[in-house]
Amino acid sequence: MQPILEAKDLHVAFNGVKAADGVSLSIHDGEFLAIIGPNGSGKTTVLNLCTGYVRPKSGSVHLDGQDITRLAPRAIARLGVARAFQIPQLFSDQRVIDNMMLSLAAKDGLWTMMRPLETEARRAEAEALLGLVGLADDKNRISNTLPEGHRKLLDIAVALALKPRLLLLDEPTSGVSALERFPLMEALMGALRQRQITALFVEHDMDVVARYANRVLVWNAGNIMAEGHPDEVFKDQRVLQSVVGVA
Amino acid sequence: MRVVLAAASVVVLAILPMFAPWLQFVLTLAIAKGFAALGVAILLRAGLISIGHAMFFAASAYGVAFLAARGIGDFASLLVLSVVIAALTGVIVGAFLVRYRAIFFAMLNLAVSMVFYSLFAKLYGITGGSDGMAVPIPSVFGMVLSEPAFKDVLFYLSLVLMVVIGLGIHRYLDSPLGHALSAVHTNEVRLEYLGIPVWAVLLIAYVVSAALAGLGGAIAGFAIGRVVPDFAFWTASGHLVLVAVLGGIGGVPGAFIGALFLELLHTAAVTVTDAWNLIVGAALIAVIMFMPKGLYGLFAREKGAER
Repeated sequence: MQPILEAKDLHVAFNGVKAADGVSLSIHDGEFLAIIGPNGSGKTTVLNLCTGYVRPKSGSVHLDGQDITRLAPRAIARLGVARAFQIPQLFSDQRVIDNMMLSLAAKDGLWTMMRPLETEARRAEAEALLGLVGLADDKNRISNTLPEGHRKLLDIAVALALKPRLLLLDEPTSGVSALERFPLMEALMGALRQRQITALFVEHDMDVVARYANRVLVWNAGNIMAEGHPDEVFKDQRVLQSVVGVA
Repeated sequence: MRVVLAAASVVVLAILPMFAPWLQFVLTLAIAKGFAALGVAILLRAGLISIGHAMFFAASAYGVAFLAARGIGDFASLLVLSVVIAALTGVIVGAFLVRYRAIFFAMLNLAVSMVFYSLFAKLYGITGGSDGMAVPIPSVFGMVLSEPAFKDVLFYLSLVLMVVIGLGIHRYLDSPLGHALSAVHTNEVRLEYLGIPVWAVLLIAYVVSAALAGLGGAIAGFAIGRVVPDFAFWTASGHLVLVAVLGGIGGVPGAFIGALFLELLHTAAVTVTDAWNLIVGAALIAVIMFMPKGLYGLFAREKGAER
């Protein structure tokens, strides 16, 4: 079966520090692939490479067999790849509901000058997604007044609103309180399964990775140190020492 | 309540010249500048300051004079064609300038507008140089009118256009495209990741703003009866920014409120003292310091926002 996303022999370096050193990876339809690794190992760079934000020095990225290596982020987004960021990327002076409705409109009706952003159908869809991530009560708040954890949730909801085939999540649970972490992941995974969205997520919380990922890639100094099912990977002594922090 | 207030304001504007005929010219000019300032205000929503929009104001006004000199004498045709000229100029200039942000955008607009100014001032054989060009009184739907009658038509048409086009721009700003424009100011990265081409959103806004400035320029050309290179001078562009900020960019009426306030204040101040700039300047400082959302901020409220 052809992978939904396939990166081959990627090389990229910043000021001589290798973030990807001949790395190849793939993700198949329906998978939840987690990338873990120490800080600065190049995990976020993988997401940047896959979404056109950073272009590799060499190597290629294919989406459904189509070469997207040189495409701009907006073109890749239109092909069905959405992204939630480590630091939430929101329209901070707009209301939460407007953030959502603009994302929904971007998918199906941006180029209308004379119809309002807010339609009944769009509002209902936005509210349903906000309910899913637990932000229903915040819908009329200006987004820069939300606590960091809620901003993170909104960022994920905005990405979901694009109805993507592939969702890239950069540390979805960072900034979310310990109490909200698993309920959020349950809701998120439920939504992903229900909508048949494939997900690639960078994560630091090993409990989250162990519970929700089908497969784990362990990133270290621009290379994949280990790969496999979480149960197997977390038994690897090198992984335990360099990533999990258990000697 | 705000709708009633807006409607009452338009009615007051419509009947004011009946009691003070000298005000008609001032109000016509204020509405003309209001259109141009609205164009500037649209770009301000995206965080872009154009210190060059007088170029479109002038391009359109010169367009009226050129077309009239070449035998087009119908008011509606002149008005529409001159706005088209401004919009096309906006397409060409905007295609280059919407790639830039912040001070670069502001300065490049200023630079291009000064090229326009120089061309209008130096191409004496074509533009009349610093003497400018006359704008004759056109026919209105085939009727030849006296100057006072035409000025009446111009004023009331400007008023109607202010309402109709103002409502149109309000809908544009409330549309997905309008919200995307405001979003440019806060997060271009997210817009890109939503699949929205920021340059296209900005180019559309730039052309709309150029067309609005053009409409203002055409009305001003008709009202004054002459176009001169100073229409495109950078201080005229600065004046438009001032009007937009003074009125407030929170809503469409802001630009017109700012233009009316400034024109009326200026008119009143010159009757009091030669140092009228002092009065105007002091009023501006007061508004900017105590009304961060401009004069429109006094009437506006945010749509269902909680903090």
